[in-house]
Amino acid sequence: MEKSINITLKVWRQASPKVKGEFISYKMDNVSTDSSFLEMLDVLNERLVKERKEPIAFDHDCREGICGMCSLYINGHPHGKDGETTTCQLHMRRFNNGETITVEPWRSAAFPVIKDLMVDRGAYDKIIQAGGYVSVNTGGVPDGNAIPISKIDADEAMDAASCIGCGACAAACKNGSAMLFVAAKVSQLALLPQGRIEGAARAKAMVAKMDQLGFGNCTNTGACEAECPKAISISHIARLNREFLSAKFND
Amino acid sequence: MAKKQDTTTVDAPQIDAKIPAGPLAEKWSNYKAHQKLVNPANKRRLDIIVVGTGLAGASAAASLAELGFNVLNFCIQDSPRRAHSIAAQGGINAAKNYQNDGDSVYRLFYDTLKGGDYRAREANVHRLAEVSNSIIDQCVAQGVPFAREYGGLLDNRSFGGAQVSRTFYAKGQTGQQLLLGAYSALSRQVGKGAVKLYSRYEMLDVVVVDGRARGIIARNLVTGKVERFSAHAVVVGSGGYGNAFFLSTNAMTSNASAAIQMYKKGAYFANPAYAQIHPTCIPVHGEYQSKLTLMSESLRNDGRIWVPKKKEDAEAIRAGKKKATDLSEDERDYYLERRYPAFGNLVPRDVASRAAKERCDAGFGVGNTGLAVYLDFSSSIQRLGEETIRARYGNLFQMYDKIVDENPYKTPMMIYPAIHYTMGGVWVDYELQTSVKGLFCIGEANFSDHGANRLGASALMQGLADGYFVLPYTIQNYLADQIQAPRLSTDLPEFNEAEKAMHTKIEKIMKIQGDRTVDSIHRELGLVMWDFVGMGRTKEGLEHALERIKEIRKTFWTKVYVPGLSADLNVELEKALRVADFIEIGDLMARDALMREESCGGHFREEYQTPDGEALRNDEEYSFASCWKFNGDGEEPTLLKEPLVYEFVKRQQRNYKA
Repeated sequence: MEKSINITLKVWRQASPKVKGEFISYKMDNVSTDSSFLEMLDVLNERLVKERKEPIAFDHDCREGICGMCSLYINGHPHGKDGETTTCQLHMRRFNNGETITVEPWRSAAFPVIKDLMVDRGAYDKIIQAGGYVSVNTGGVPDGNAIPISKIDADEAMDAASCIGCGACAAACKNGSAMLFVAAKVSQLALLPQGRIEGAARAKAMVAKMDQLGFGNCTNTGACEAECPKAISISHIARLNREFLSAKFND
Repeated sequence: MAKKQDTTTVDAPQIDAKIPAGPLAEKWSNYKAHQKLVNPANKRRLDIIVVGTGLAGASAAASLAELGFNVLNFCIQDSPRRAHSIAAQGGINAAKNYQNDGDSVYRLFYDTLKGGDYRAREANVHRLAEVSNSIIDQCVAQGVPFAREYGGLLDNRSFGGAQVSRTFYAKGQTGQQLLLGAYSALSRQVGKGAVKLYSRYEMLDVVVVDGRARGIIARNLVTGKVERFSAHAVVVGSGGYGNAFFLSTNAMTSNASAAIQMYKKGAYFANPAYAQIHPTCIPVHGEYQSKLTLMSESLRNDGRIWVPKKKEDAEAIRAGKKKATDLSEDERDYYLERRYPAFGNLVPRDVASRAAKERCDAGFGVGNTGLAVYLDFSSSIQRLGEETIRARYGNLFQMYDKIVDENPYKTPMMIYPAIHYTMGGVWVDYELQTSVKGLFCIGEANFSDHGANRLGASALMQGLADGYFVLPYTIQNYLADQIQAPRLSTDLPEFNEAEKAMHTKIEKIMKIQGDRTVDSIHRELGLVMWDFVGMGRTKEGLEHALERIKEIRKTFWTKVYVPGLSADLNVELEKALRVADFIEIGDLMARDALMREESCGGHFREEYQTPDGEALRNDEEYSFASCWKFNGDGEEPTLLKEPLVYEFVKRQQRNYKA
């Protein structure tokens, strides 16, 4: 049943990448508990616009948990503290009446703030461009059933491929490492015969790019797995390490 | 009320779609065998702008770059991987016949044509069915993890409007996986330098030089700067216009602006009235709501749709005095199974949506608004076990639970129709070229293959068909004549004027400083669209809608308030520019719906129905694609017709009963 709560938001406001940011508090009354977190921010933004103030800039698009565009550090957790949830799927019924909610952008050296809660995640695209693909051109490929693939491998590849590239893993990591993101792609393609051929070269190229872009090292804290909205397992990092080591041995 | 267009005269100007001659099954092969090509050395000298990175845009950009063209690719989100194709859930059709259940290229062609209520081109739809198999092969080669059987071969599921299982899928995330496949192919070309990627850019206008599209004006959404880009051809894959309804299953940035600007530069806009209302969405629940969430059509494989048989039960449920699970089998009306025994819960989307509306309008709806029906998995869970259902639809059930806060394994889901996809779009000929030379349109943004209604799992097929296997051929037939054309300077007067016009438009919006938020005007437009240009349309309703849209346009241009600066990151300004164009598309939709005095597919005019409430087509008078030509702001557009000639298939009233 629909209820409403009163909350206080502490939101990070930063006009542009180079200027100093600060927390600004906003009191919100009668927030419907059936609304999503982003709908609550829409209501606040419409109020700010009516008050002739600058609305809060934040990233979002599909609002059904699949595009990976939404972000936000909510009360110290990427996408809030609910498991397997993106910010757009987080609903206000998960908060208490009278609660103060702190909202920050992703904090990671490789994801600079653009404005307010919006960050630049272009580094993830660059990592994929370095090798996160199978090198085939359009056309001239064999029939889809020409190479049988075990259902177990296909399912595991699918689990890895569920990554939405939102950046929560790097944002959650105390070292700012992108290992889970890289591992998910390396693992997906290494599990399939089509991607197997370039497995080692891919791992090497993607890890080198990750290092170059200023992401930190992995120290196996497991924070990435805990905060990943798609529950991508850190066992993929082990597979990445195997691929990476075998590439190094062959050098 | 505007003067009524004369629509039925035979001498209305007609348009040629350049369909190749010859037998249906040989048209595409013949076209490819005789079209002009560009040799590799010349490809390097030609630049192509591709707007959009969804299934159509990303696959086109990647394929064109692989061939050797220089590609400039524009993306509204921060990464091409986030284009809204990613949200497609259920699957992609192909005529592989892996299940040995009688499928073939012809049957996929026929089902798609029939599903579109015989308002698509035969030749286009046949080509689509022909290339469908190559798409599956391509995606497998890219490492798309399609669902597989224990023997290692690809699995299929069924979708609406077909009696075979031809839908390939990757859990409930097929669109995501296909898009990531196209994105990986695109990323490979970006890494090689063959594609230059512009993310967080929005196309504002197309630049036409000497009658040919030679560039675009785009706004850098981070800096607010309006920039110019030139090329030898422009390809637009910017998606559909469903967000004219404010509440839709589209993403928040999905918009019609690129399409409207193309229309204003001379590209015809075809069949704007054909919009798809998807039957299985989570019902509307509050005023603050920003979007609607789709529950995949694949759920209709195992879910049964029903409402209470007795009105008293429906009333008791709405009042919270009874629950769905309190009703016994014989107190439930499985109305799709009752009305359509042959297809049952798997009737096409337009039929399922109208049937839900009919029951709710008659007072049998559930939920606290009465605008919902049940989608019930209890008999499937009994038959197959909860684990099997979880494996098939786990992510969808979880999504439902998060939004509605109810467990669909225990209690039936509630669903209601919502706007989801637009079959209409920018008119293109057989080569996917618009009525402006050198301007191409692909994917949902064009109008080509789905007629008046799209079957499930066909959008992904069409987007990828256009991008991987059609456009990379047909665009060469155009570019072969452009190899002598130089790279144009963006200092040409045509670029100056286009940029100046955009600056003027933006400054005009910024200066209004009224008292209405952009969202409040968009919401007002959406309600008009849903009430009068939605599932059931009438002459009076549409005339009223046109009046209301005129008022909303006036409200927008006199009362909107946009804060901040134009030359800065300004989300309110982005939204305002889009809403200005949604108002124009809303007008075109209502106008087209009023003109089309028949019911077909997603376009249902209440005046034209059979005694048992099915859509009543009028093939004598309306067997054409309606193409609207822009005549200037404030002027009535002109209607042109592309006659739909059926040479190979006999049209019938769609029948999903027997």
